[in-house]
Amino acid sequence: MVDETRRKKRLDRSIKVRTEGLYAISSGAEMFYLILPRAALIVGLLALPLFLDMYWQKVLCAAGVYALLSLGFDFLAEYVGLVCLGGAFFIGTGGYISGLLNSYFGWSGLLCIPIATLGGAIFSTLVFIPALRLRGIYFAIISFMFPIFARDIITTLNIFGGTEGISALGTLPNVWTEIYLILLAVIIALFAIRRLVNEDIGLILRGIKDNDQAVKASGISITSYKIKAMFIASLLGSFGGAYLSHKYGWVGISLFAMDFSILPIAASVMGGMGSLAGPVLGAFALTPLSEALRGFGQLRVVIYCFILIGFIVYKPEGLLIYFQRKYHQFELWEKV
Amino acid sequence: MKEAPLLKVVNISKAFGGVQAVLNVSLTLEKGDILGIIGPNGSGKTTLANLITGFVRPNRGTVLFKGHNITRTPPHKIANLGLTRTFQVMRPYNSLSAYKNLIVPLKSPRVRQTRGGKLGDTDAVALDILEEIGFERDARVPYKIAGSLPLGYLKRLELGRCFALDPEVIICDEIFSGLSMSEITSMIPLMERLQIEGVTLIMIEHRLRELFRLANRVIVMNFGQKIAEGIAQEVMEDPKVKKAYLGRERS
Ligand SMILES: Nc1ncnc2c1ncn2[C@@H]1O[C@H](COP(=O)(O)OP(=O)(O)OP(=O)(O)O)[C@@H](O)[C@H]1O
Ligand SMILES: [Mg+2]
Repeated sequence: MVDETRRKKRLDRSIKVRTEGLYAISSGAEMFYLILPRAALIVGLLALPLFLDMYWQKVLCAAGVYALLSLGFDFLAEYVGLVCLGGAFFIGTGGYISGLLNSYFGWSGLLCIPIATLGGAIFSTLVFIPALRLRGIYFAIISFMFPIFARDIITTLNIFGGTEGISALGTLPNVWTEIYLILLAVIIALFAIRRLVNEDIGLILRGIKDNDQAVKASGISITSYKIKAMFIASLLGSFGGAYLSHKYGWVGISLFAMDFSILPIAASVMGGMGSLAGPVLGAFALTPLSEALRGFGQLRVVIYCFILIGFIVYKPEGLLIYFQRKYHQFELWEKV
Repeated sequence: MKEAPLLKVVNISKAFGGVQAVLNVSLTLEKGDILGIIGPNGSGKTTLANLITGFVRPNRGTVLFKGHNITRTPPHKIANLGLTRTFQVMRPYNSLSAYKNLIVPLKSPRVRQTRGGKLGDTDAVALDILEEIGFERDARVPYKIAGSLPLGYLKRLELGRCFALDPEVIICDEIFSGLSMSEITSMIPLMERLQIEGVTLIMIEHRLRELFRLANRVIVMNFGQKIAEGIAQEVMEDPKVKKAYLGRERS
């Protein structure tokens, strides 16, 4: 029962108000207040692997790849207006390019990954260009099909090792490189994208999301900006794919698996759509969760759905906004 | 020899399925004009604006702007030539603050070219334009999220978005509708200012009395066709125009 005679009142903490102006940088306490959440995220992520065993370190690496995908998904959906369900395509192209370079030329993983990140992003962007003129659900459907097409082309033409994939690829020097490469990538990508959405290019992309007609009437080609946004998002995914191929020492059609397209959506909802850091947190929460529930077999999916529905119904704002509110405001009950 | 008109539309037509939205409409626009376009609801005024600005492809006819044939040119290229428009439905960039709305046109190739790359701080330019267009600078309004502004400000913001492009022609689609009498009275000097600053205007309007204070020429549309053209007060005496307006009121 909801008590009708009282309601929750929220007030900004005084320190929050004090940190809004420029003069916040003159005071230690205010600076600390501003830096704490960011520092906690960075230090927390970087320290985490030290407390985990081998198995959970592996899970953490996978979570990092999902975090990159979730970040890209959130960026495209909330800041450009493109709901992209084709995350697996970025993973697959990045992975295969890196794997092929490694197996044909014998280049090391640390050389193949940057080349494949760039190459995969260029290739993915080119493939997506025809779909960029579509809007809403149509773009979403087409983007969902791309990884499926790619997988079918590889198996039916039996190229790139067909269903077997390519194995015996060079792996990364050691487990710590593996872990910190992906964690640093996530942190750098997060801060870069947060920066980007407030730069001029970000403002134009948000304009396209809010009203693409007005952007056209302002003399700006929306296609060229959507291409730039697509390129940025596919850089994140292609890096993830290239990284996975050298982490596993193997590439195969499972790099085009639906999980890469779907989990980022759930992570974004859980973390809070549009908050960028939220989906990253969501991925780090959801990936271990789905691992922990592995013992439940098929029932795992059901539990997983309940969690999702719970968030959509009871906490649609997502985890990050919830924590932010607790941090910046205090709540008290007042009589109506 | 007479100079070519700034904008020339020749026999333009557009049908949506069975609906003939615009049929064989021609018009010319000279530099410095304020041309009014009036007509009952659904008479094809907005479609005509869409055809001129490239948002809708015509079935037949041509549009010439400064001698360029822009009939099949995409809208952003037309805007870069200096022909832009407002939209009948106000949809600002809701997630951006009012002055950040103007960054979009200020980043267009046209502005970078006309201002010779010496734009300086775009934020300051955007605030200047908002002030010119009637936003009080020291008040917090320019910093508010555009989605939260009242309609009067949204209309000004829409004009500001066009004006930031440093355009030669602005087509205003019902910029007065939904505004109170006093709000319109404060907008009229703004339109006059635009004219003095060298912007040529096409104004699609239902508010005839206010339009006639500004427009030196008026085109009347009905069922997609141009049924009359001339000086404001004279056009209203035309029997065909009277019939179009009266016939509608009775039905
Ligand atoms: N995109 C479209 N698809 C189908 N029909 C359309 C489209 N745009 C306009 N129409 C039709 O074309 C006709 C003219 O519409 P238009 O919007 O140009 O009229 P208008 O003169 O601007 O009317 P109003 O004064 O109500 O704004 C109408 O019958 C409308 O239904
Ligand atoms: Mg209209």
